Amino acid sequence: MTGALTLDPVHQAYLLEARQMQALSFAVHIPLVCFGIAFPAMVLRAEWLWMRTGDEIYRVLAMRWTKVMVALFACGVVTGTILSFEMGLLWPGFMSTFGAVFGLGFALEGFSFFVEAIFIGIYVYGWNRLSARAHFASGIPIVLAGLTGSLFVLSVNSWMNDPTGFDVRDGRVTGVHPITALFGNGHLAFELVHMYLAGFIVTGFLVAAAYAVGHLRGRWGRYERIALTIPLTVAALASPVQLLVGDWAAREVAKTQPTKLAALEGVGHTQRGAPLHLLGWYQDGDVKVGIPVPKGLSLLAFHDPNAEVQGLAAVPAADRPPVNVTRIAFQLMVSIGTFLAALGAWYLYARTRRKSVPSGRLFYRLLVVAGPASVVALIGGWVTTEVGRQPWVVYHVMRTTDAVTAAHGIPIGYATLAAFYACLVAAVAWILRRLARAPMATAAEPERALGGG
Amino acid sequence: MLGLHLYTLPIFFVVQGVALYAILAGADFGAGIWQLLAGRGERGGRIRDHAHRSMAPVWEANHVWLIFVLVVLWTGYPVAFASMASTLAVALTAAGLGIVLRGVAYALRSVSASAAEVRAVDTLTAVGSLVAPFALAAAAGGIASQRVPVGNARGDLWSSWLNPTSITAGVLALLSSAYLAAVYLAADARREGDAEMEATFRLRALIAGSLAGVAAIAGALVVRSDARRIFDRLFETPAVLSVAVSVLAGAATLALVARRRLDAARVSAAVAVAALVGGWALAQNPVLLPGLTVREAAAPHDVLVLLVVAILAGGLILFPSLGLLFRLTLRGSFTAPPRIERGAPLPGPTSGLAATLTATRLAGASFVVGAAFLFIGDGGWPHAIGVVALGAFIVLGLSALAGEDARE
Ligand code: HDD
Ligand code: HEM
Ligand code: HEM
Repeated sequence: MTGALTLDPVHQAYLLEARQMQALSFAVHIPLVCFGIAFPAMVLRAEWLWMRTGDEIYRVLAMRWTKVMVALFACGVVTGTILSFEMGLLWPGFMSTFGAVFGLGFALEGFSFFVEAIFIGIYVYGWNRLSARAHFASGIPIVLAGLTGSLFVLSVNSWMNDPTGFDVRDGRVTGVHPITALFGNGHLAFELVHMYLAGFIVTGFLVAAAYAVGHLRGRWGRYERIALTIPLTVAALASPVQLLVGDWAAREVAKTQPTKLAALEGVGHTQRGAPLHLLGWYQDGDVKVGIPVPKGLSLLAFHDPNAEVQGLAAVPAADRPPVNVTRIAFQLMVSIGTFLAALGAWYLYARTRRKSVPSGRLFYRLLVVAGPASVVALIGGWVTTEVGRQPWVVYHVMRTTDAVTAAHGIPIGYATLAAFYACLVAAVAWILRRLARAPMATAAEPERALGGG
Repeated sequence: MLGLHLYTLPIFFVVQGVALYAILAGADFGAGIWQLLAGRGERGGRIRDHAHRSMAPVWEANHVWLIFVLVVLWTGYPVAFASMASTLAVALTAAGLGIVLRGVAYALRSVSASAAEVRAVDTLTAVGSLVAPFALAAAAGGIASQRVPVGNARGDLWSSWLNPTSITAGVLALLSSAYLAAVYLAADARREGDAEMEATFRLRALIAGSLAGVAAIAGALVVRSDARRIFDRLFETPAVLSVAVSVLAGAATLALVARRRLDAARVSAAVAVAALVGGWALAQNPVLLPGLTVREAAAPHDVLVLLVVAILAGGLILFPSLGLLFRLTLRGSFTAPPRIERGAPLPGPTSGLAATLTATRLAGASFVVGAAFLFIGDGGWPHAIGVVALGAFIVLGLSALAGEDARE
């Protein structure tokens, strides 16, 4: 049992395409699985209100949402399957060297998927066939599996960013402690909290945006009001918290990945009392056209206005990530995050002080923007994490160039996958439109809400 | 003989996962194949509907077995996994895309309105159902015929899975999937009291089963000339016992279907497929890839221990859950006519104004405390307290805003 066999490094002309292919697959998977994380809880909330009040309107809502949930879940499953394949197809060097270190995270993840898929089957097809209580209970494991699923998959990503739990001797991996690697690294805690909240923020604002569009077009009855407030309340509560968690993430990154922090903020040279720059772009060691906030970065990242911030120049050029991609992605996330928190605060204020949802059209226009914007923040956050980690696949241990496959034809695979994903996105859009337009089932004919499926 | 060492345990689970995937997802893909062959018109529509309805509640869970196989393989035998995935890249991409088609078609079917739309969507399912099992079995054929060397994409991207043994395996996978599906769909129709569908799928089971038998014999000859090593090993003990079980169970299934003993046929059909997978594994053992034994490929000791513990512990959750799902499906709970329960108000405190006010205040306080700990605090404990307090803010906030969701 050597366990330390590795594959030879290779030359891959299409490394960039391989990375883009990976990024594309994530960009499709992650928004879908936000619904896997958060939507079941919202559907259960509606069902619970039905059980509590006996009011049919909640059940109609829960059943309509169930259809959305199951369609998006199916798409999340198949895009996740592609991701699992890609780990081996694109990054065999990474898998062969470190599969033993982080693989356990995915093995545990596998059981979460089982639980999720099994109970989704029971929940969806058990509507009106199981007793109300049994049916409600069958939804709870779905919610829990969304949490454990995020935990296990993020344990892998956080380990890639803050690798521990193994030694490298003579280019071989030894002394592997998977538990330490996956659950003892410094990034898991904030990545999990940040991503889990992101799931609720994205789902909440997107669903609310759909009903806000309806509101602006004059569809605004009791049903729509309930359907808007359930997701929006969660998202509005989560988004101010997300700001604090994001700040926590940045402070941890400042500690463990100083080069990434320098890229996020466009810091060229190591300096004390580093300023924070809003907007602008990075060129020749500095941020151009940005608005500087003196000492802002030192203060935010280290809670000390005169703290030293390491610059990009501290490491060789070959060890620096692409600065502008990382920085712009980060700024997008932060500005959108601030906007969402402000919108959430407005909503919470109206609900607690004026006891009603905001009434002006402006609020609903902003909500329509907030839905898609939250997805941009989500992808932006991941681009920050993943591109900011470059050129390392395992931070400071293995380079992406040593991880990639030697196989030919990556551009063909990339083009094919992109075409498939374009169709998948179109299909999802079409499904959601159809579901939104489906006639409202009344209490007399609730079967309609589940249709032929 | 398959000695039980720690380093063989994960591959033992992988083989079981492959067998379960071949049976369960095989039945799902097989149902897709029958949708393609359903023919037009009203009867064709009924065949496609029956195939869809039977599989809908279980297909997602069935497909997780593939994920299980992948993750156990890459944790337990990382070099072997990386070698397989990189050389078999084209086959696996094709399989992945086939699975995407299957999943998207499932999502689309629930919103398809006209008969033409449903037919188009079922064609998508069918294409996915042809491509995925063929490509996966062809990849397995490449491994069995020693065409996947150790290394980063060292083998040929095409001939590693488009060769006589692979094509044999692919065709056999398609036929056995169709066979399994027909048996299952006939049994489901029987349970639902749908005599027409039962007869339809019994006939299909008999045809597909006979074809699979013929293909197996022809395939054996192909493998004999193409991959002599695995062929010889298949006919030595212990593999030959497994192969014999497979042949007997396959034939028994035909007899049981002919006699309308469909529930027994369900079991024997599954045994036939599982025994074939088992026979391949036994014939392959102890070599995983050319020049790489299972033992050499295995991850370090501690990793294997944790992996096995994780699988066993996961199994404690998985099998009762799966049992529940299949029990409900087989009992027909999901196809019974719906009974609409009137929701009745549950007893319990309804949140009064005072309670709401308290919750609001508590939520505000939690936010302040959480923000202080998370923002100012440093290190594990302060952050943990911060996260818990902020979580409390969200939960309390939800309860404070619960009662008035629909207020004007
Ligand atoms: C709705 C989504 C969303 C919103 C509103 C925010 N984030 Fe975020 N952010 C993510 C969604 C996200 C994520 C889920 O995409 C990431 C990627 C990796 C992770 O753990 O969470 C992320 C990563 C991420 C990272 C990188 C962590 C790493 O490299 O390991 C930092 C520093 C921040 N975020 C900071 C913030 C700040 C300061 C925000 C607010 C002002 C903010 N995020 C709002
Ligand atoms: C931030 C990262 C990720 C999160 C939060 C996440 C979450 C989820 C969730 C909640 C699901 C359930 C399906 C759904 O809700 O639609 C899912 C499905 C899936 N994900 Fe991910 N995932 C992430 C990244 C990954 C990665 C890196 C891989 C593989 C390499 C992966 C592989 C899968 C697979 C295989 C499935 C399908 C499981 C099934 O068959 O039921 N995911 N993911
Ligand atoms: C949670 C599990 C995740 C794992 C295990 C994971 C793993 C990987 C791996 C192995 C690579 C390729 C090597 C490299 O470029 O360094 C990669 C790249 C990348 N991933 Fe992730 N990732 C995860 C989540 C995500 C998510 C959710 C996104 C969202 C969009 C994402 C975006 C990217 C991007 C943009 C790249 C390419 C980086 C570049 O080309 O510069 N990742 N990831």
